[in-house]
Amino acid sequence: MLFLLETVVSGLLAGVMYSLVALGFVLIFKASGIFNFAQGVFALFAGLALYDFIADDGWFYHMFGFVLPVWAGIIATMGVMIIVAWLVEFLVLRHLVNQEPIILFMSTIGLAYFLEGLGDTLFGSDVKPLDIGLPHGAVDFLLDDYNFYVEKLEIVAAVVAAVLVVVLAVFFQKTRIGRALRAVADDHQAALSVGISLRTIWVIVWSVSGFVALVAGIMWGSKSGIQFSLSLIALKALPVLILGGFTSVPGAIIGGLIIGVGEKVAEVYAGPFVGSAIENWFAYMLALAFLLFRPQGLFGEKIIERV
Amino acid sequence: MFYREAGQFKTSYRADQGILTIVQDRFVIGAFAFVAFCVVPFFINDYWANAILIHVLVYVLAALGLNILTGYCGQVSLGTGGFMAVGAYASYKLITAFPEMNFIVAILMSGGITAAVGVVFGLPSLRIKGFYLAVATLAAQFFLVWVFNKFGWFFNYSPTGMIVSPPREVFGFLVTGPQASPEARYLFCLSFVVVFALAAKNIVRGRVGRSWMAIRDMDIAAELIGIRPLEAKLTAFAVSSFYIGVAGALYFNVWLGSAEPTEAFDINQSFFVLFIIIIGGLGSILGSFLGAAFMVLVPITLKTVMVDGFGFAVGAAKHAEVMLLGTLIILFLIVEPHGLARLWQILKEKLRRWPFPY
Repeated sequence: MLFLLETVVSGLLAGVMYSLVALGFVLIFKASGIFNFAQGVFALFAGLALYDFIADDGWFYHMFGFVLPVWAGIIATMGVMIIVAWLVEFLVLRHLVNQEPIILFMSTIGLAYFLEGLGDTLFGSDVKPLDIGLPHGAVDFLLDDYNFYVEKLEIVAAVVAAVLVVVLAVFFQKTRIGRALRAVADDHQAALSVGISLRTIWVIVWSVSGFVALVAGIMWGSKSGIQFSLSLIALKALPVLILGGFTSVPGAIIGGLIIGVGEKVAEVYAGPFVGSAIENWFAYMLALAFLLFRPQGLFGEKIIERV
Repeated sequence: MFYREAGQFKTSYRADQGILTIVQDRFVIGAFAFVAFCVVPFFINDYWANAILIHVLVYVLAALGLNILTGYCGQVSLGTGGFMAVGAYASYKLITAFPEMNFIVAILMSGGITAAVGVVFGLPSLRIKGFYLAVATLAAQFFLVWVFNKFGWFFNYSPTGMIVSPPREVFGFLVTGPQASPEARYLFCLSFVVVFALAAKNIVRGRVGRSWMAIRDMDIAAELIGIRPLEAKLTAFAVSSFYIGVAGALYFNVWLGSAEPTEAFDINQSFFVLFIIIIGGLGSILGSFLGAAFMVLVPITLKTVMVDGFGFAVGAAKHAEVMLLGTLIILFLIVEPHGLARLWQILKEKLRRWPFPY
């Protein structure tokens, strides 16, 4: 029983990590209808940039002779992500307005290639341990008193994700920009007609998802170091996304939790019978099973089709 | 001036329905076919065959398959790598289990097996659409590669987990294995591609192809005018998977000679083929050829120029290559979202009027 509980809790916490990546997808899809495959690479890029600002073997240190404190590093990285968002809008999206979704999707894959190559060229391709002072290891009193293993870092991730969702919700519901964002998500043309600048909104949305990517990069980077495979967590986030629905922020969180728990439970209880390493495809199958009953995902907007 | 159809009259329905209705078209395609079949084999060597020609041909075939599904029927699939793996492993099992079997038959049968697998993974398309479907096809990709890694029966329990293509002959010429001559392998692939491209061209012009296109343009409207989505979507999945399976079988047997699932058939294969059809042109047979040539030749050219021309280190050149490829793809989508096939059309229009503006 305790073991099952431990599996479920670690699944929930792992799911939070997937949700962090899926959130970035949802934000962009909602606001611009673009399926942004580069989100994983965004996280990698943000992680690499942050590492170089705060570590003593990054190029920032070589250039200026000192490193930034962690908080300044995060702000500087955020600046980098805003610049990236602006460049993406200026150089890519602006020219692809009104194209079919698949063309936009392919352009984000092109973007992913570009950022991947750029990240490797600028920052090198070796694994970088990111340490910004987040706690590691098991939660002591649970382990000592109940023999119950919970990773501290994952609890931090869960708290951060919760805070992030609250912040995003407030941002979307209460601020002027948030209202504009929701208007754009609802209807591009109507938003334009009441004087909302689509381009500004897109830059903001991509910056926000850059911020989410930064958070995801920090969490994943603290967990397993910043390395190329970080860009592949996008593939982990996709089933979360279709499970929760492309357009729903709560969907991304709950989808992540379902996938995380399902994956862990399946790995532990079904894994021994069919052979290991099922986590590569299990999430997809699980999401597919849900989709057969709800084609738009759990929380997605109902797809209404007219002739 | 060069491409005028003036004065070329068609006097029968047969002529009107032809694939190449204009003399110039027939001439250009004929010249290409002549060069490909009769000139290239005399000059081919191992490098050209392996790095470029067979490479392009295999991807042309895979792109034809994906184009049928995505370009004509509108179902975005990211499972191409997985289906190629099915073709490769089916052909491997067939030719090792039945050594007497004709190699061409074995390849066609592995295509058939892939078609069956494709139909199974195409079933969700009846319920889910668009990007949801694209992500769902990733399930096929990861599941199939996992299966081929996991169960020893598929790779005959070889200790390394690799599959190695045994030497097989077609009409007395060795086409697989290390002893096979580049000419034989090239011509073998080329024949497959030509036959399959002609078949595809005719399928998409016929009743089936039209029902696919109706589904692509709007599936509800298509349903209303009496097209069965089940039939149309599943035939698209079947035919497309058949092509991709044959491409996978050729990829493994004739081109690589040996393969290992996690690397040879990973998700990047799926993206690569998708890029080919997008850059070549969705819903265009010619586009599959142009796109495959573009996507194979550009990275090779970039690499050669950077490493040999500018003396980049191989590692740095690799990163720069990825970067440049990404840039080129974006640039291409911005400049001509309808692909190389559309560029060719525009060029034809221009050639028709040249040197006059109107």
